[in-house]
Amino acid sequence: MNLFDILGPVMVGPSSSHTAGAVRIGRMARALLGQEPVKAQLLLHGSFASTGEGHGTHQALIAGLLGLAPDDSRVPDSYALAKERGLEFHFSTCDLRDVHPNSVLITLEGDRGGRLEVGASSPGGGRIKVFRVDGLDTSFSGELPTLVVHNSDKPGCVSQVTGALAAQGLNVATLQLNRGGRGGSAVMVIECDQPVSEATAQWLRSLPGILRVNCYTPDQEVLL
Amino acid sequence: MIDFTSIQQMLEDSRDAGLPLWKNIQLSDCHHQDITPEASWAKMSAMLEAMTQADENYQEGDRSHSGLVGGDGGRMAAYGQGGNTLCGPLLTDVMAGALRMGECNACMKRIVAAPTAGACGVLPAVLLPCRRHFGASQEELVQALYVASGFGMVIAARASISGAEGGCQAEIGSAAAMAAPALVHLQGGAPEQMANACAMAVKNLLGLVCDPVGGLVEVPCVKRNVIGAMDAMSAAQMALAGISSQVPPDQVLDAMAEVGRSLPHTLRETGKGGLAATPFGLEYAPKE
Repeated sequence: MNLFDILGPVMVGPSSSHTAGAVRIGRMARALLGQEPVKAQLLLHGSFASTGEGHGTHQALIAGLLGLAPDDSRVPDSYALAKERGLEFHFSTCDLRDVHPNSVLITLEGDRGGRLEVGASSPGGGRIKVFRVDGLDTSFSGELPTLVVHNSDKPGCVSQVTGALAAQGLNVATLQLNRGGRGGSAVMVIECDQPVSEATAQWLRSLPGILRVNCYTPDQEVLL
Repeated sequence: MIDFTSIQQMLEDSRDAGLPLWKNIQLSDCHHQDITPEASWAKMSAMLEAMTQADENYQEGDRSHSGLVGGDGGRMAAYGQGGNTLCGPLLTDVMAGALRMGECNACMKRIVAAPTAGACGVLPAVLLPCRRHFGASQEELVQALYVASGFGMVIAARASISGAEGGCQAEIGSAAAMAAPALVHLQGGAPEQMANACAMAVKNLLGLVCDPVGGLVEVPCVKRNVIGAMDAMSAAQMALAGISSQVPPDQVLDAMAEVGRSLPHTLRETGKGGLAATPFGLEYAPKE
């Protein structure tokens, strides 16, 4: 907690959880896709489903998918911007069971054929928590630079990645690893103390057994 | 170094360091965040600028999604134009500012959460008119924002700034308790007066429930920004008059935390009690 958690963020209203947090969830999903999204399916859960409309949650999520920040005045007009940029989207509601009431499950398709499923919550104050990536459980907030690595569930993948980060002088703050089943695919979430450069991400992509690498760098206003 | 867990510690540390309260708040936060005072000042100035911009972006014709909110900032300003108001020019400006900002938030415009989006009108409503009415400079207003956020940090640590946790006293109450010491700073008051202003502002809104109609940040949130601003003005004036809180400020914040915990679930931002549960409110209730 610092002074600018109390005074701030600068944001488009009306709600830090239902509006600002929703923009951040969209931005996170966009970053993890790593491409321009062209199709989005959004399933709203709990309070997002019941009071989202009055809070502009829908427009906020789309704004985030288009890369807008929570303080961008175009957030309320994001549907028009989506049309301009060729993003097709569809909202419906669902029960995601044991997740925070302010949650959404987003399935994305990118302009270069990439696909991604992200589940995330907005518990308050504009903070977010990603609880699922491509069907695998995760828990990260995007408050630190974050690497999301899809890898084959084979020996050595974790040490290769952490070794490469160490060689770049990047300190690992937290590391989570989850797999669908033995020998299948796995997702590694690594929160770092320093931003991860695109060059480092490229290097990681070249390693054997690494299927996909995406980086998320926190919004400037979150860092400050 | 201020640890932001106690108002008393914040005052004692500033006295020992021989620094004005705002400066010690700034330097302590810079230390915790590992940023320079220059970067911190630039960021705080940007907050003041964003508040000023938000106030200027208000449009009377804007309406919220539900249609329940909009136009009241314009109504209050028009009433003030007549010159013959009940509360006089300063308080009329303060009320109009609180309504404008609350309405901007409800209408999806850009605002500064202070400490929350729902309570974003209180601080700018009392601080911005100090330019016109008292000739407050940009520098003094930025200092006042440091004072406000320093007290806000302690409130967040000892009590809460979330309506879902502590009811509206945690949102509008906290905003008023941040704004009151900021006003005392602008009027040249002492740190003890700032602490008393904070305590009195909290006490006078203790127990305020969070009962938004339809679960939306509209009714009664916008108008509660007005009472938050008036609470801050009256608490600051009491403190400047030498009136102090009999209950020590830190103990007031502890009471605020205890009251927040005691509030029933229905009165903590669930949209299920109070005004939200009236026949009128139920017409706007989300379809489950």
